[in-house]
Amino acid sequence: MKKTLMLAGLFVATAAVADEKPVLTVYAPDYFTSEWGPGPAIEKGFEEVCACDLKFVAGDVLPRILLEGDKTEADVVIGLNTDVTARARATGLFAPHGQDTGALTLPIAWTDDTFLPFNWSETAFVYDRTKLANPPQSFQELLDAPDSLKIAIQDPRSSISGLALLLWVKGVYGDKAPEAWAKLAPKVLTVTPGWSESYGLFTDGEVDMVLSYTTSPAYHLIAEDDDTKVAAIFPEGHYFLTEVAAQLKGTDQPELAQKFMDYILSDAFQGMIATANWSYPAIIKPGFLPEKFAALPRPDKTIFFDETEAEALRQPALDEWLAAFAK
Amino acid sequence: MLTLDKLRITLGDFSLSADFTVPQGARCAVMGPSGAGKSTLLAAIAGFLPPAAGRILWQGQNITQSAPGARPLSILFQDQNLFPHLSVTRNLGLGLDPKLRLGPGEHAKIDAALDRVGLTGLGARKPAELSGGQQSRVALARALLRARPLLLLDEPFAALGPALKSDMLALVAEIAAEQGATVLMVSHDPDDARALCPQTILVAEGTAQAPHATTDLLDHPPPALAAYLGG
Amino acid sequence: MARRLREISLPALAAALVAGLVLVPLGAVVIRAGGFSALRGADLAALRFTLWQAALSAALSCLLAMPVARALNRRRFAGRSVLISLMGAPFILPTIVAVIGLIAIFGRRGALNAGLEALGLPTLTIYGAHGVILAHVFFNLPLATRMILHGWQAIPAERMRLAASLGFGPAQVQRHLEWPMLRSVLPGTFLAIFLVCLTSFAVALTLGGGPRATTVELAIYQAFRFDFDLGRAASLALVQVFVCLAALAVASRLTAPPAFGAGLDRAPMRFGGGRALLVQDLLAIAGAAAFLLTPIGAIVARGLPALPDLSPAIWRACATSLGLAAASTLLTLALALPLSLAAPRHRWAEGAAMLPMVASSLVLGTGLFLIARPFVNPATLALPVTLLANAALSLPFVVRLLIPEVRVLQADYDRLAASLNLRGLARLRLLTLPRLARPLGFGAGLSAAFPMGDLGVITLFSDGETRTLPLALFQLMGAYRMDQAAAAACLLMTLTFALFWACDRIGHHADPR
Repeated sequence: MKKTLMLAGLFVATAAVADEKPVLTVYAPDYFTSEWGPGPAIEKGFEEVCACDLKFVAGDVLPRILLEGDKTEADVVIGLNTDVTARARATGLFAPHGQDTGALTLPIAWTDDTFLPFNWSETAFVYDRTKLANPPQSFQELLDAPDSLKIAIQDPRSSISGLALLLWVKGVYGDKAPEAWAKLAPKVLTVTPGWSESYGLFTDGEVDMVLSYTTSPAYHLIAEDDDTKVAAIFPEGHYFLTEVAAQLKGTDQPELAQKFMDYILSDAFQGMIATANWSYPAIIKPGFLPEKFAALPRPDKTIFFDETEAEALRQPALDEWLAAFAK
Repeated sequence: MLTLDKLRITLGDFSLSADFTVPQGARCAVMGPSGAGKSTLLAAIAGFLPPAAGRILWQGQNITQSAPGARPLSILFQDQNLFPHLSVTRNLGLGLDPKLRLGPGEHAKIDAALDRVGLTGLGARKPAELSGGQQSRVALARALLRARPLLLLDEPFAALGPALKSDMLALVAEIAAEQGATVLMVSHDPDDARALCPQTILVAEGTAQAPHATTDLLDHPPPALAAYLGG
Repeated sequence: MARRLREISLPALAAALVAGLVLVPLGAVVIRAGGFSALRGADLAALRFTLWQAALSAALSCLLAMPVARALNRRRFAGRSVLISLMGAPFILPTIVAVIGLIAIFGRRGALNAGLEALGLPTLTIYGAHGVILAHVFFNLPLATRMILHGWQAIPAERMRLAASLGFGPAQVQRHLEWPMLRSVLPGTFLAIFLVCLTSFAVALTLGGGPRATTVELAIYQAFRFDFDLGRAASLALVQVFVCLAALAVASRLTAPPAFGAGLDRAPMRFGGGRALLVQDLLAIAGAAAFLLTPIGAIVARGLPALPDLSPAIWRACATSLGLAAASTLLTLALALPLSLAAPRHRWAEGAAMLPMVASSLVLGTGLFLIARPFVNPATLALPVTLLANAALSLPFVVRLLIPEVRVLQADYDRLAASLNLRGLARLRLLTLPRLARPLGFGAGLSAAFPMGDLGVITLFSDGETRTLPLALFQLMGAYRMDQAAAAACLLMTLTFALFWACDRIGHHADPR
């Protein structure tokens, strides 16, 4: 009986939300919509200018879109990674974003007219400089480091940063990637399903270095006033990661969806993303980055495979990775 | 009147048949060698064993398919006659109303039954707090409250000492007489049978025979019974 | 005939609901995928590893639980019941929280290695197949201990009294009383743990030290997220269902019926025994307590400092999780009772109840989504689906706990109840519930604990607003707030345990014994 009551309550609640304002439905990843993610700020910012109700639907964005097909209720998706844009594009469900990509200040050239980057970072190994006296100065030094140096990485099969590491190694070592993995594998204390578990191991002192992002130290510097966490910058280059948004062709709110795409590159959005998502905004203008954020060391070289290249590399790179750990 | 009409019970390769009538108000001992099927016969009458063939009738009415609780009988087992987690009063109450809705009327009846079996004032106890003899008395009191016309006793007093057992049997006889109940009682002791049961059903060699006069049977036992009684 | 029909209609309904919940979504995924896809070599390797680690984890858990349960059964000491309750805690810990605690003790920089280092001894590593086993034993030793302890407690005091009167020493007691009891309890215990380890994913990966520790569940995840190959995911899910049914068949073949007969609920005898047995029992209890409780202590120590920093959102998430737990517990018990009461006579009831144990939540969620999507907005179903999924997931444990006691109950009192015409609700109220109060309380505790650890398994149904505590924990971690995440973990553990403890105690108090 209780259950039916609760159910009834749920329907009432859903009905009550439906007021006159048009609703823009945005699919986003889980982390996005919590009060510690960028979602609330984006929602507030956009609702100030759109006279609409922005509704986030949190969850697995692409699997959901793939399952729903053209019946999806999403008007916009946000928070996709470049590892899935090829598959997302292949659905033919997405419409051009209509933005001038020339305005972007990414470290790589971006000409995609469908998927619009709104933030970015690069993979990096993060360490505590008070605990690791002689951190590796290059990727090669990391490979050559004694096996007592322990790192935590993420599984490429379940984690985007784990997949990025595969591509990073491929970008640096190419055909020599299997040899590189053979040297790295003994230093891998463990492989976690996601980034959070790895990073938790690092902050608890369980590992010396953790696969994370060049922008990770910014959180500790700004939110915790802690300058001990450092990203090791390697001359071989770092792998570029970006999160993108796109609007759906079949949206019943085309104007709102377009307005949202405009909003993504607006100063309001780009100006707050650095500390809302602890990553670089897609457009960096003076004042968009807090001082300490702007002072983070930058790699000289950024490595990136476009979606076609990445799609082709994915399976062979995974097989190499599995082979290295099977020994 | 209990009628076993061409009744046959099979359990694996064991088989027992019975085809006879027990008059109303009769008190019958059920005797026979160990493993001959005395308890099996009672279990079938009580409804715990579906017969392979034949019918069981009470006053001409077919009760072969009735649920155990719906049959016009009470049965006392060798053990497990009481629920250990319920007080004596509640165990007795189950005899009046399986839903245990007990009003003042029911409580008066329970108290009277307790008095009748000599357990006055012990209603609040749990079975574990009673002696073996007292537990048997509770079970008997419940049969008294149920007031069914047929009472089956599957050696409920086997664990009691001789004196206590005779007391209990005498109590059974009294109660049965008061209620005009028909009694079937499994027994190993010829003296018990003689004392309480004018008639005896002999269970041996796959057959339960029609009731015989107990004295006659015990004085001139057929070979199977003679071997069992040990002369 | 009508009577028989009435008897099985309720369990049949529950069985159909549960089996349907597992199999229909699987079917929906298969239809969507256009059939099953072939498995790869790597999938078979994953299956091998999965079966191996699950069997080993279950065997070790059962083996270690036996001396602990025996010691707890025959010793009486101050704080015994609190200890028994506390030792149940690991089983109800959400994976992520447990891993934090285990690493704090057994990790590279954990307390154990710090101690070894201080003593100049070589250090140990938890990462690798043995780490997976260690974690699984940590999770499941409490369950095994409790199930076996229930078995011990079910040996009537009368039988022990008889044994004492016959001058049985511990060896004879073992042979004539304890071994038959174990034969009826152990196969079910092993089965439960085997099945729960079968679907291990995060533990296996995090402590397994790398892809060698790939389980079938991870392979399903990969098929879904990395390859988007629904057909392969469905094939793998079906493999899990088959393994479950096979394990169930083996276990029920090995299970001996209980053979003690009923007692009169007399108080258990004081156990004498010698000094050697006392030392043995002491070691078993102290060892288990240290193994199970130090990681819990570590979680508290790590989380406590940041507890005041938690935001109101966390407290809202607490309320959501608690509500979910309460509702799901009621639903679980409503399903578990008819199924376990029918199980001794009808195999299918037990089979249906065990199935959810191996249901892959990804396949379940996707299948339900595919079924519901054409008719309703999935977000409106978030609550019922989450409830149903959680109730189904804890159902196997509750049924496993109940079945042995149901067998005893039916063997002892079926005839008496039938002869007194004690049926239906009256029988439930006067006989079934009181006699099953203990396992019901414990089972309710477990089924309240499971949804507390719910990560929003069914993310496809998420409405974007309802947030459970574990999900909030992950979001905190994802946002670098590791201290607050630790505090949330501590809170989650405490709340879960409080719920579990309350249900367990209620069960104990309601038990008339």
